[in-house]
Amino acid sequence: MTTWPLAIYFAAVLFIVVVMLGVSYVLGQRHRDPATASQYESGIVSQGSARSRVSVKFFLVAALFVVFDLEAIFLFLWAVTGRELGWPGYIETLIFAGVLLAAFIYLLRTGALDWYQTAFDKERS
Amino acid sequence: MNMQLARILPEVILTITGVIIMLAEPLLQKNSSRKPLGWFAVLGTLAALFASMWQLHLPDGTAYFGTVQTDAYSVFFHVLIAGIVLATLLVSLDSIDGSAESVGEFFALICFGAVGMMLMTSAVELLLVFIGLEISSISTYIMACFRRKSAKGPESAIKYFLLGSFATAFFLYGIALIFGATGTTAIAAIGRILTVGQTPLLAVVGLAMILIGIGFKVSAAPFQVWTPDVYEGAPSPVVGLMSTAPKAAAFAVLLRILYVAFPLLHYHWQPLVWWMAVLSMCVGNLGALRQQNVKRMLAYSSIANAGYLLAAFTALSQEGVAAASFYAVTYAAMNVGIFAVVSHAGGFGDRLTLVQDYRGLAYRSPLLGGAMAFFLISLIGIPFTGGFFGKFYVFAAALHSGMVWLTIIGLINSGIACYYYLRLLAAVYSKPVHTDLLDGIPRPTMPLLLALVLTVAATLILGIVPGQVLSLARAGANTLVPYVTTAMK
Amino acid sequence: MVPISYYLVLSAILFSIGVGAFLIKRNIITVFMSIELMLNAVNLTFVAFAHQWRHVSGQIFVFFVMVVAAAEAAVGLAIIIAIFRTRNTLNVDQVDLMKL
Repeated sequence: MTTWPLAIYFAAVLFIVVVMLGVSYVLGQRHRDPATASQYESGIVSQGSARSRVSVKFFLVAALFVVFDLEAIFLFLWAVTGRELGWPGYIETLIFAGVLLAAFIYLLRTGALDWYQTAFDKERS
Repeated sequence: MNMQLARILPEVILTITGVIIMLAEPLLQKNSSRKPLGWFAVLGTLAALFASMWQLHLPDGTAYFGTVQTDAYSVFFHVLIAGIVLATLLVSLDSIDGSAESVGEFFALICFGAVGMMLMTSAVELLLVFIGLEISSISTYIMACFRRKSAKGPESAIKYFLLGSFATAFFLYGIALIFGATGTTAIAAIGRILTVGQTPLLAVVGLAMILIGIGFKVSAAPFQVWTPDVYEGAPSPVVGLMSTAPKAAAFAVLLRILYVAFPLLHYHWQPLVWWMAVLSMCVGNLGALRQQNVKRMLAYSSIANAGYLLAAFTALSQEGVAAASFYAVTYAAMNVGIFAVVSHAGGFGDRLTLVQDYRGLAYRSPLLGGAMAFFLISLIGIPFTGGFFGKFYVFAAALHSGMVWLTIIGLINSGIACYYYLRLLAAVYSKPVHTDLLDGIPRPTMPLLLALVLTVAATLILGIVPGQVLSLARAGANTLVPYVTTAMK
Repeated sequence: MVPISYYLVLSAILFSIGVGAFLIKRNIITVFMSIELMLNAVNLTFVAFAHQWRHVSGQIFVFFVMVVAAAEAAVGLAIIIAIFRTRNTLNVDQVDLMKL
């Protein structure tokens, strides 16, 4: 295997990077303003700490998403071998999906997916 | 009827019961009682119990690509688990506040947990063992956290959860290494492959990892540290369940793995199990001596009992397997029983915690005091109770296999155990001090009476006519016998 | 081709890092993440062995481990939130109402 095209490519990349940095260093202007060191120099001034506490609803939705998302990999497995498994495989997949559906109905009914607190929710908390 | 489905019929029944309860829970009015859901769970468990017994008439065999097997052994543990779950449901119906928040979930979780435990006992493929273990563990993590507004509830749950998941990771790594050594995860196939040729080092390491993982789950020393904290913080009915049913299932799995997959490696695992048994007995009994909190004391007692059970494992004989199975039943009967009393006396929120809080329980309620005394006597191991024959068979099996030292250590430990059981017994029958605490104990309800009758009867029957259960345990052990005899060679 | 022992050594190292972090770290979330690391080390072992044995069952195992880990994560986060609500801290050393 010849390696010289790779070497030329590497050299070209190095050259372009050096030229870009060098030219901007020579031609560019330098200044120290109050906003220079801040994040998003020309953007909106950021406010408050990034470590604010997030509403627990986000955690709830994230946890539920992770569970339902990963359960779907079994559907992919079935999709790969669907024809070989035939009708019994189809029925078993339906049962699997049915159990997931039951869990989903349960979540809907208990109000876990209601973004705004419902009356039901308020009574419970 | 579909033969495959028949092999997992009890699990299917319990799953359907759980799903129906789960769907019905949010449909009920907010303040209406959830107790009908609990009774529905009782019905489902009864149906599963009978389905397991009916499985005995099926010819032995596997289903679903050789992942589940029904035989006398699996049926034995299925019936045991169904019985424990039944008693636990009745106890919860007594002590839980029926109109409290999401109580229906609680009953559904008990059903789902039972499915996991049952799957473990009939699994002959490590993949299914893992899934069953996790179904039962995750359900118990949530149940341990059920008093989430109290300070101790979530703390107990997080300790259980973190150490439980830690153990699962070890268990899985063990399975992975064994898969690497043998190229299969079917328990019987592992045994066949390991009988020919040299034993790969990977398999030995994998076996050690599996022992660590299951050691955590059954709270055997030196993997017992989580037990007292978790038992103290979790609701009492849940502790009654998780100190018996998941442990029985884990012991069943461990027996199957050790005897079917690794009979020839007993040079490696027998000393390990020997040490685990001795350590568990000593740590459990010595730890219990200085406990003032009743639930912590029972937690240490459960560590010690795991030790007695492990002692039977080392016997390497059909007798040993039968003794271990029998001991699991006797321990379940008396422990679920004593936690039924603790649940009722302390309520779901644990009003009575210390040993001295129980002073005069027998005066306040002769029934509760008497039941507690009976279970304590059985835990000590006095004749005419199940505890006596349980210990007797375990130590007889150990002695027949030449484990003299183990037997001596075990008997000394049984002696030490008398002290702390008798301390609680004396408190129950001494003059009341905190009458206000005792006056808060409600009158026993019907479900509690049923649960007490069930557990007292089981303990008595095991103590007076143990023959029937023992022969069932022997029949179960017989299915492992071909492998046991390989181990003996 | 990369020999299988490389994968095994890597997964053993990852598993050990997980065990070490589980024992050392004091934040519950970090402790929880170290368990996930251990599980993923196991997954790597399974995949490596499945490749070596040309057997698909190791990969099936990985799917189940992933799904179970997700379910565990959901339950674990819920318990952690419950802890935070009652205790306002996630430091393991401060979650010590019950002592031996």
